Amino acid sequence: MGGIGSNVEEIISNAIGGNRRSLSKLLTIIESGKSIPTNNLGAWTLGVTGPPGVGKSTLIGKMIIEWISRGEKVAVLAVDPSSPKSGGALLGDRMRMAISDANDLVFVRSLATRNHPGGLTSFLAPMISLLSQCGWTRIIIETVGSGQSEIRIVAFADRVLLVEGPDRGDIIQAEKAGIIELADIIAINKSDLPSAQLAADSLQNSLSLSTETAIEVCLVSAHLGDGVTELVESIEQIETDSNRDTIRFRERLLSAWDSRLISHPQFNEVIRALSAGTITLDEALEQISQATN
Amino acid sequence: MGMRIVIAKPGLDGHDRGAKVIARALRDAGHEVIYTGLRRNPAEIVRTVLDEDATGLGLSTLSGAHDVLIPKICKLLRSEGMNDVIVFAGGIIPDYDRDELFSQGLRAIFGPGTQTKEIINFLQDVSSRKENGEPVGVGEELGWHWQ
Ligand code: B12
Ligand SMILES: Nc1nc2c(ncn2[C@@H]2O[C@H](COP(=O)(O)OP(=O)(O)OP(=O)(O)O)[C@@H](O)[C@H]2O)c(=O)[nH]1
Ligand SMILES: [Mg+2]
Repeated sequence: MGGIGSNVEEIISNAIGGNRRSLSKLLTIIESGKSIPTNNLGAWTLGVTGPPGVGKSTLIGKMIIEWISRGEKVAVLAVDPSSPKSGGALLGDRMRMAISDANDLVFVRSLATRNHPGGLTSFLAPMISLLSQCGWTRIIIETVGSGQSEIRIVAFADRVLLVEGPDRGDIIQAEKAGIIELADIIAINKSDLPSAQLAADSLQNSLSLSTETAIEVCLVSAHLGDGVTELVESIEQIETDSNRDTIRFRERLLSAWDSRLISHPQFNEVIRALSAGTITLDEALEQISQATN
Repeated sequence: MGMRIVIAKPGLDGHDRGAKVIARALRDAGHEVIYTGLRRNPAEIVRTVLDEDATGLGLSTLSGAHDVLIPKICKLLRSEGMNDVIVFAGGIIPDYDRDELFSQGLRAIFGPGTQTKEIINFLQDVSSRKENGEPVGVGEELGWHWQ
């Protein structure tokens, strides 16, 4: 076992040389807010989003097996929410990807949102670059799957898989703007349950009414493994959409801005003053932007 | 800032209530907890600690296999160079087995009925010891353990 390295340059070169501990330490360094030199050499990224409990993690676990059999090295960044009260987090995605603990071709890192607005931290970008530099050929990001993080994922991932469940058939409104417009492919998971086919049909129907380009809807069962090979094949065929660059950079900018805001030295102080009623929201914004300049 | 802690269930033991209680309590105390789920072998647990860059590893065993599995995990951590990981355990671990486990680098053992507050106090104590440079890791000098 080689050492991890004694300074950042050495740790980076060890990580690129294949040392997992060095890679793991570097991710911690990035997460702590320090910037390290990385360059994005065209990382292959897939964002996986969808409502809580639809089976995103379980499905990723199965897709990993498929990618490995195709000779890929798969890294997963799995994001779960931090408790706004305690700051702690229960990171449960990894548990659903049992293969991650026993295979050298898989690297899974669980990340807490640490109350970052949008549910995804801007540190994802350097993490992705680093993983790509270290030879991980498929990089998957699992979001917390609710609210803003569904859209913000386009800031970090070139392809987006939206996972839905069978019970959500009538909840899905394809007409409704949001992630459904940004998804490259949709998987209806839990096809082992009776209503899945119905959900897929109704979704397909409403999609065919509204969008110019057809989004593929796949039926899968992460439990049984049904449809996973086909899903991975379809994901491999996705052509990344350069028309999306405006949205992508918009989300990236927002994300970077949010990061800067919450790491601002006066952030907590201003919140305290706000909740004590000693300043107004406008004054708070003024105070923070003055201190920035 | 809290710690990053892996809570693991080694071996074939299916009792997961205690592990889940602990995982929640540690989250509520501000820690980031990665729960492995049931039936992980020592190599899988060590791999999880490595990839997650965890500072602590909490093992829950109620099936009676602690005397084999815990030393195995401690040895593997050391052989992978992860000497600084703080390892502790809970569940059904009889008194007569405990000294041997402490000699493997375990820093605390909590039996049935332990208040979660005590476990949180242990984590506070152990992390301030770590900050002071005292040996508390699985491959560091033996001596101190909780109680
Ligand atoms: C509930 C229970 C079950 C449930 C488990 C449900 C579940 N999903 O967890 C069921 C019915 C399935 C079950 C089955 C069996 N059980 Co049972 N079970 C119990 C029982 C009554 C309570 C365990 C429990 O949940 N306690 C509540 C939790 C909160 O407490 P805890 O786990 O002890 O955790 C506390 C501490 O130990 C500590 N802790 C625990 N883990 C960790 C981890 C860390 C990191 C930390 C810091 C602290 C910590 O903190 C917790 C809070 O105080 C115990 C007896 C007992 N009183 O302990 C027997 C017991 C554990 N079972 C036993 C046995 C033998 C079995 C069976 C083999 C068959 C049988 N005879 O019933 C099967 C095997 C199942 C399997 N696959 O492994 C024996 C084990 C004997 C031994 N080790 O020598 C016990 C001790 C009963 C006995 N006296 O014989 N069991
Ligand atoms: N019947 C059935 N259940 C499934 C399937 N896939 C996942 N599940 C179950 O759905 C539950 C949630 O699975 P996860 O993979 O944790 O879902 P998730 O979307 O990652 O959840 P969050 O990360 O918490 O949002 C678990 O109990 C799984 O066992 C499936 O194909 N069929
Ligand atoms: Mg998940």
